Amino acid sequence: MSWIDAILQGTLLGGQYALFAAGLSLIFGVMRLVNIAHGDLIVLSAFIALVCVESLNLHPLLSIFIVCPIMFCFGYALQKVILNQILGKDILPVILVTFGISIIIQNVLFEIFSADSQRLLSGELDTLSLKLSDTLSIGWLPLIAFLASIAVITSLQFFFYKTKTGMVFRATSDNSEVVELMGVNRNHVFALAMGVALAVAALAAIFMGMRTNFDPSVGPARLIYAFEAVIIGGLGSLWGTLAGGIIIGVSQAIGANINPGWQVLSGHLVFLFILAIKPNGLFPKTKD
Amino acid sequence: MRTSLLSTDNLIAHYGDFQALFGINFDIQESEKIAIIGANGSGKSTFLKSITGLLKNNHESIKYNGNPIGKSNPDVIAKLGISLVPEGRQLFQSLSVEENLMMGGLSMRTGHWNLERIYELFPILKERSNQNSTELSGGQQQMVAIGRALMSNPSILLCDELSLGLAPIVIKDIYKILPKICDEGVTVVIVEQDIKQAINFSDRVYCFQEGNISLQGDSEKLTQAEIKQAYFGIEEGV
Repeated sequence: MSWIDAILQGTLLGGQYALFAAGLSLIFGVMRLVNIAHGDLIVLSAFIALVCVESLNLHPLLSIFIVCPIMFCFGYALQKVILNQILGKDILPVILVTFGISIIIQNVLFEIFSADSQRLLSGELDTLSLKLSDTLSIGWLPLIAFLASIAVITSLQFFFYKTKTGMVFRATSDNSEVVELMGVNRNHVFALAMGVALAVAALAAIFMGMRTNFDPSVGPARLIYAFEAVIIGGLGSLWGTLAGGIIIGVSQAIGANINPGWQVLSGHLVFLFILAIKPNGLFPKTKD
Repeated sequence: MRTSLLSTDNLIAHYGDFQALFGINFDIQESEKIAIIGANGSGKSTFLKSITGLLKNNHESIKYNGNPIGKSNPDVIAKLGISLVPEGRQLFQSLSVEENLMMGGLSMRTGHWNLERIYELFPILKERSNQNSTELSGGQQQMVAIGRALMSNPSILLCDELSLGLAPIVIKDIYKILPKICDEGVTVVIVEQDIKQAINFSDRVYCFQEGNISLQGDSEKLTQAEIKQAYFGIEEGV
């Protein structure tokens, strides 16, 4: 039974990783931008949520309605003011600049909040669980986070394929130069994509903060899980990203079931194995 | 004196250190049909890139309705009414035929071109409207590219190498459609390597050679020998 439990818990954890990765997948899909600061932006969102929860005495889930719009605006401005200026055929300047942003965010957070671990306390929800059998139960919070990840990916999929703005995102992903010939301001589209990506990252951050402790240094680890989920799923594929997140989560849970010390390592090993046999991921969407 | 719809004055263009255009003086009046001919690498496509804002120039060197646009962005120029059918079609591969056409309408210009009119012009596209653009033949893709450009209700339609990679019979069909577009009041500029096709279609011809205009004049008045010399840079009989 412990194996079934491990797979179940791993699947729920995978939903969390998919949320980390969805924004990363979206911005890579639309503008081929590799955002090294994505993990730190998740942590920044978690700290903004912490401030909202403590100062306004809000439940963390309600802080979604404040933090997501803030991060959307932050993402829009970040892309418009900084990243659009360096986005081009050469990928290196973007990597260097987002790496710099990552360092700045970490240091600012250390300066303001210190290295102490923080948590978004959600009251009863922290411990409430759903009993599936005598020996098997799942927490409501991980279940809500998993359902949220499916809802987010379904919504993004709907947005991409059923709305006019989504159509422009897909066209921009195909050929951002020709999109401009259609009268579309490419920089505005890129900024919107970054805004949506960081709003999703903010949602991921709030669930992360409710489930685990966080401090200013945990961003790079979130980035690695997000990268692994995106690459396993296939660059630019949203459902692939969910599958990638679940594969990482289940691998970690099974590893931890064998030996608690193997949790993180087993996720990385499965990632390397899949990368070796399917270098383009399981469900590749982009050609380059 | 009439104001040109579009004109360039001593237009110079560079790719990094490489100079591709050396002072092009060009003008087009409303409802004219212009053909730009020239060999590969003569600067024809660079000229269109400059006009559409894909290559930035001296602001005053390109004027549209008398207003300078040389440094304007492509999206701004598209909204002004200059539309490009790019070389090689360059359709959006992940979009359906209808979505590709709708992308053309994003410039929000009003006019009589809409999806219905495009489907009247190219009935085959209506049958294929939900298909992915990559599933179409080269000729049908060219129709989508023309339709997409028309959806922006342009004043000027720039067509870059319409016949590139297409079978002769398909090229013939495409060139049968162009006069219908002109009849709707659209000013058309074609860039073409097929000299005969270009001369037959146009009122006036510009011939490019190594980034310069080597010949210009009324299509009917130019002799074969003049065109050959301007196109290849050689005297007839040499």
